[in-house]
Amino acid sequence: MNELAVNHTPLIRCCDLSKSFGAKQALDRVELEIGRGRIVGLLGPNGSGKTTLIKLMCGLLQPSAGFLMIDGHEPGVYTKSVTSYLPDRMYFADWMCSRDLVDLFADFYRDFDRKKATEMCSTLGIGPRDRIKSMSKGTKEKLQLALAMSRAAQLYLLDEPIAGVDPAARDFILSTILTNYNENGTVLISTHLISDVERTLDEAVFLKQGHVVRHEAVDELREREGKSVDALFREIFRAQPMEGGEW
Amino acid sequence: MDWNLDDGRPIWTQLAEQLTRLIVSGEYPPGSRLPAVRELAEDAGVNPNTMQRALAQLEADGLAASNRTAGRMVTEDRVVIDTRRRDLAKKHIAEYLTAMAQLGYSAAEAAELLREGEK
Repeated sequence: MNELAVNHTPLIRCCDLSKSFGAKQALDRVELEIGRGRIVGLLGPNGSGKTTLIKLMCGLLQPSAGFLMIDGHEPGVYTKSVTSYLPDRMYFADWMCSRDLVDLFADFYRDFDRKKATEMCSTLGIGPRDRIKSMSKGTKEKLQLALAMSRAAQLYLLDEPIAGVDPAARDFILSTILTNYNENGTVLISTHLISDVERTLDEAVFLKQGHVVRHEAVDELREREGKSVDALFREIFRAQPMEGGEW
Repeated sequence: MDWNLDDGRPIWTQLAEQLTRLIVSGEYPPGSRLPAVRELAEDAGVNPNTMQRALAQLEADGLAASNRTAGRMVTEDRVVIDTRRRDLAKKHIAEYLTAMAQLGYSAAEAAELLREGEK
């Protein structure tokens, strides 16, 4: 599609990217390139480094070694202006109501579309005066997602957007992502609920103990392996005892 | 509509098959306009790029064509549609005969049973 407008430098480029916390190596020499206009699944079991990688991309963590570029820049003021981040936990003060948050986002982000956010909230059944304190876990997640998807960002980093909600709400969240992402933007979704996201993905990145073990187009993977990404995931990550933790 | 997607086969080929069925069955009549990629993708709950690939396959098969102003249309060439419909029918017949052969029926017996079943 629209070849003319496409910028060919990769949106995300990780070179030899490592991050350790003390003796714990969370990411180990990650090489990764991700293009534009893609929906990419960042897949891996708990503790495989998904959140660490996302936090490096949005500049909340600094690499221990190697480097990382977003749209040709190191994470900083510019990359934050083009990146919409959905953290894996709620970071808003719980006395706020949804309208406060919409105001906050409108103040903070130039690319925030207030109309889109309010429309999405009303579709999701969230009223302007609803307080975060009184929302269920699922509603909080939906509200956060509505805010994150209402930015016209180049990169959406969604850390476990569907982990805490019921299957019907999952479908709703996924279709919200599909219908609201900016077409030249890339969406990176981290999750371990693969069967739920599989058909929305272009590409899958498999993380295992801090290494990228696979990075491939989902349909090619299904064609060659003759199985779903979910089945492949279970095969690659078949429960094996983790190292360390000597008592 | 109901999009049935099973595991283990590329999603885009399954989408292309289902769209083909909609065309040969007349659900999308010859010369009619197909819904936009985004609309179809949303309906099927799939990535728009995947749907795009399925539609490109329909174009390669001659069942649809993109028109710069009017969008993507189903072909008006009924011969192409009928040929495709016949091919799919032959495939289903072969599957039926194989399944019946596994039950020990000859092709003639299978045809006879089919005729009886229709009554």
